[in-house]
Amino acid sequence: MNVAAEILISLLLVAGALFALVGSFGLVKLPDLMARLHAPTKATTLGVGGCLLGSMGYFLLTDGRASIHELGITLFLFLTAPITANMIAKAWLHQQVNPDLPPTGTAAGWATFGPTGRPAGEEPRTPPSPGL
Amino acid sequence: MMDHAITFALACFALALLLNLWRLARGPLVADRILALDTMTINAIALIVLAGIRWDSALYFEAALMFAMVGFVSTVALCRFLLRGDVIE
Repeated sequence: MNVAAEILISLLLVAGALFALVGSFGLVKLPDLMARLHAPTKATTLGVGGCLLGSMGYFLLTDGRASIHELGITLFLFLTAPITANMIAKAWLHQQVNPDLPPTGTAAGWATFGPTGRPAGEEPRTPPSPGL
Repeated sequence: MMDHAITFALACFALALLLNLWRLARGPLVADRILALDTMTINAIALIVLAGIRWDSALYFEAALMFAMVGFVSTVALCRFLLRGDVIE
């Protein structure tokens, strides 16, 4: 196998693995959920992207065929990572933030909250305790 | 050299999975646990892809793709359950 290509693939794999490790370390280390959300959704996506690129290069070199599966997985992960991050942030907002918001002035309410600024049929909640 | 790189990457992803597991067990809020599960799914996809390189088989990519889809759907379902109290209204 071509030595330069082998070095390139090894670099991609090692860089991807380090990115994923940093992302997961951030998940453990950072103080609250909104900070924690930042680390894995970016770093881990980059990490998996590096691994998939390395895998694509490996199968291109050994079998001589360009495999499209990796591109599919990469595309799917890159499309879904922001959606999952948004859903988790919304769930956190819904549970933790005191929804005492001013009226929006339009027919549409605040995102995730009802038009009155709080979940339908619920009393306003107390602000989150600092320990969380 | 490639073998060493793959071994290093496997070790890194295994360590990342353990860190995620710690957050899953500890995480003070339910949203933290959902985030940890989502990250575990992504790391597991990378592990499956690396196993495919190590054992030189293209069969693993279908498994990784299935894992990605099931992980995404489960994360969205858990978040919706937290948000609305129901998955399908």
